[in-house]
Amino acid sequence: MAPPSVFQRILDYSNRADPYPLYAELRKTPVRREEDGTYVVSGYEEIVSLLHDPCVSVGRPQPGEPQDAAKEPPSFIRLDPPEHDRLRRVAMRHFGPPHSPHRVDSLRPELLEIIMDLIDSMAGRTRIDIVDDIAYPFPVTVICRILGVPREDEAGFHDWADAVIESLDPREEGRQERLRRRENARVELHRYLGRIAAERRKNPGDDLISGLVADEGPDGAMSPTEVAANGTLLLIAGHETTVNLITNGMLTLLRHPELLDRLHHEPDLAIGLVEELLRYEPPVHLRSTRIALEDIKIGGITIPKGAPIVLALAAGSRDPEHVPDPDRFDPDRRPNQHLGFGGGIHYCFGAPLARLEAQIALTELARRLQNPRLVTDPPPYRPSPELRGPRHLLLDIDGVTQPAR
Amino acid sequence: MRVIVDLTRCQGYGQCAFLAPEVFAMRGEEALVYDPDADDAQREHVLRAAAACPVQAIHVEWMAIQHKGMRTAAARPPRGDDDGFRKTGHIVIVGASLAGGRAAGVLRREGFTGALTVIGDELYEPYDRPPLSKQVLAGRVPADHTLLPHLSEIEAEWLSGAPATGLDLVAKRVTLADGREVPFDRLLIATGARARPWPNEAEAALDGVLALRTMDEAIGLRECLAAGPRRVLVIGAGFTGSEVASVCRELDVPVTVVERGPAPLVGALGGVIGAVAADLQRAHGVDLRCGVTVEALEGDADGRFRSAQLSDGTTVEADVAIVALGAIRNVEWLEDSGLAAGVWGVACDAGCRAFDINGLVTDDVFVAGDVARFPHPIYSYQFMALEHWGNAVAQAEIAAHNMLSDQMHRWPHLSLPIFWSNQFGTNIKSVGVPTFADEVAIAHGSVAERRFVAVYGNQGRVTAAVTFDQAMWLEHYQHLIERAAPFPPASHTADRRGPMIPVPAEVPERIEATQVTVVVTGHDPAERRASLVRGNR
Repeated sequence: MAPPSVFQRILDYSNRADPYPLYAELRKTPVRREEDGTYVVSGYEEIVSLLHDPCVSVGRPQPGEPQDAAKEPPSFIRLDPPEHDRLRRVAMRHFGPPHSPHRVDSLRPELLEIIMDLIDSMAGRTRIDIVDDIAYPFPVTVICRILGVPREDEAGFHDWADAVIESLDPREEGRQERLRRRENARVELHRYLGRIAAERRKNPGDDLISGLVADEGPDGAMSPTEVAANGTLLLIAGHETTVNLITNGMLTLLRHPELLDRLHHEPDLAIGLVEELLRYEPPVHLRSTRIALEDIKIGGITIPKGAPIVLALAAGSRDPEHVPDPDRFDPDRRPNQHLGFGGGIHYCFGAPLARLEAQIALTELARRLQNPRLVTDPPPYRPSPELRGPRHLLLDIDGVTQPAR
Repeated sequence: MRVIVDLTRCQGYGQCAFLAPEVFAMRGEEALVYDPDADDAQREHVLRAAAACPVQAIHVEWMAIQHKGMRTAAARPPRGDDDGFRKTGHIVIVGASLAGGRAAGVLRREGFTGALTVIGDELYEPYDRPPLSKQVLAGRVPADHTLLPHLSEIEAEWLSGAPATGLDLVAKRVTLADGREVPFDRLLIATGARARPWPNEAEAALDGVLALRTMDEAIGLRECLAAGPRRVLVIGAGFTGSEVASVCRELDVPVTVVERGPAPLVGALGGVIGAVAADLQRAHGVDLRCGVTVEALEGDADGRFRSAQLSDGTTVEADVAIVALGAIRNVEWLEDSGLAAGVWGVACDAGCRAFDINGLVTDDVFVAGDVARFPHPIYSYQFMALEHWGNAVAQAEIAAHNMLSDQMHRWPHLSLPIFWSNQFGTNIKSVGVPTFADEVAIAHGSVAERRFVAVYGNQGRVTAAVTFDQAMWLEHYQHLIERAAPFPPASHTADRRGPMIPVPAEVPERIEATQVTVVVTGHDPAERRASLVRGNR
């Protein structure tokens, strides 16, 4: 048997804590063909080029995907134009500009309130888990409010969301079981959001789901199945990515204590810090939904028509051809152009919200945690190599400071 | 606080409009407008927006250097240039707008410590023109918010309100209107262009007949629009005319646009896409008259403009007439200088060095911006003068770099022309030279929705692309142009709404191109070179 390729070693769970040296090795061949015919792209320029290439589709059939999946419409993350554009525009009407430009910015006081409450509730403890105590509950509470999903139902869909994320794993072993769990979760989530959508159709509120079912814009409303599929996407994405951004942020700060101290005194630092996190320690490492629709000449080789493409976004953001001294964490880096939220028409829908959430959470944690110390470094990681982040991040603290409210 | 968005780079992600909604706003899906002098209370919001821009196109307080090669210049070996000049030479820049100001900044940044004089004919500090026909005219931001960030802080002698009237290449002196003479060791000509006036002087003098190019003209026009005119007449449907018409409709002012050609924007985009622009105007309530000219402007007894006679025998009653007939390059002051200057601009090589009338390249005179006419290898070495914001910035940076570099370290100005316009809630962008084409095809998107990418080809290779609200795809086509990719391009795209069918591009007449195919290599201006590709491709 041939030794495992660099990419296979990246997928191997034992390298989850520090895949970056392997990314550097991967980048030696910025567009690399795997034995199974998949092309793994790790150079910054090459990734950007493919993100903007109209001959690349996100409709790659996922290995082992059940045939009847085609009956339900996928969400816009898995659709090409024009369907993608229409659904994303309808969703955007209730989330951002041009129709709702103040939606995210106006959440800031509420975000601060939620994070303050979460930190308050840790009073008296000397050991905390950044994941379970802050990084998970914070964005979940926020996305539930935005979508209009009752927060108390969260216990139910927590497991479903987990199942969907764990299926984002190009490894062979355990694939059937992952897909079975995901399919089950998907059905449950669609059923759940379908119920909420039906209820909002009768009693609309000012939440996003009410907006989707009743939209009167030029593109019309989403159909009930479209609401279920896209609501599921926003719920899961709103859950499972920001948690990694905040957790990775705290981990990185604790590995660079001087920055933790600076953040305490310089609140503006959070802005550049979060950008640098998105570059240096991003929540989304790989995307593997793309496929070439034509022969594509790139990076000195040709990706043949029909070939699956994996974009190693996290490797691209550390490409020394693009950014000087890429392995140094530098929140003062300007300009800082990275692939943390992808690029092109599939650029992260919730990016502005994720940025604000991470800026606010990290600033308040830096202000209020007294003498935080990592309990284990590296922390234990979740299995997925695509959406990579710690399962837990245990800290010992001397306490929490009470803010002047 | 000063903010400037490089709309040449902007792809319409809208992140700034999310994070600083009081400063940045999307008019439609991709058309960004912003306040270039945001209130200091918005500081944190603006910093968030600038940091979040996926293409890092927002400059706060300072304009960052565009060229990658210059950003990393500190790490480069010395240029082997004349160190004495760098320390004690005297550089004079004539023209204090975007290109002149940009060059001044880059000269200092590149380590020029000698004397620097910047000569401008207007009394204002250098300002940014694109907002004048958009957010300023619409009354969203005051005209004086368009001053370019902190240019006046560059260590230089700024001579404002001092038009240059002559150039003596032998004595190396610039003469000013007030009789002053300014000596130089090296000169940069960046005098740009001015609005072409209405040809009949008496009619042009009527109250209510205006052009739009300078800050003063924008202030005057804004006052006219704010007064609530019965109707505005726009003469000429190029980009400026179309943008003015768009603002009129935004303000709910009735507007008639008279265009000599078959459709708006034909001179830049050809007849096929021009027809789409015509539909866009009419859908927004513009009274658009194409294939017609204005024969006379008529005033009342008080000398106020009241109506216009058109070549089709009709009359348009209006209170304001905007003359949008293009630009005249400011070259009159060079008439007896011996430089190759004329109505098309001042000819220069790809390194921005001016040619004299014999076609000899000069050593000490450089040209940049709207007034510069340079050969572009991609377009059969045709001499082109580009009135684009991005060209002024890129060319000024290269001119400044070359003014301080010896033969072996100069850079060629090879960047493809890119321009943008926001009108009627639509963002229009173009890369390459759309009029250098025999065919055009809709590559993806929908013309009916006015969201599409049009690709232009000339003799079987891609030469340009134009997007309507699809700016994210533009860079892909830029690479195709630079690689001289075959036209029509690969037809199997993710967005397929019918086959890609090339049709004649209906571009205005041009000089026939030769068969030479040239490609541009390299990303970094220090390495960017043109290479000739022979044989059949």
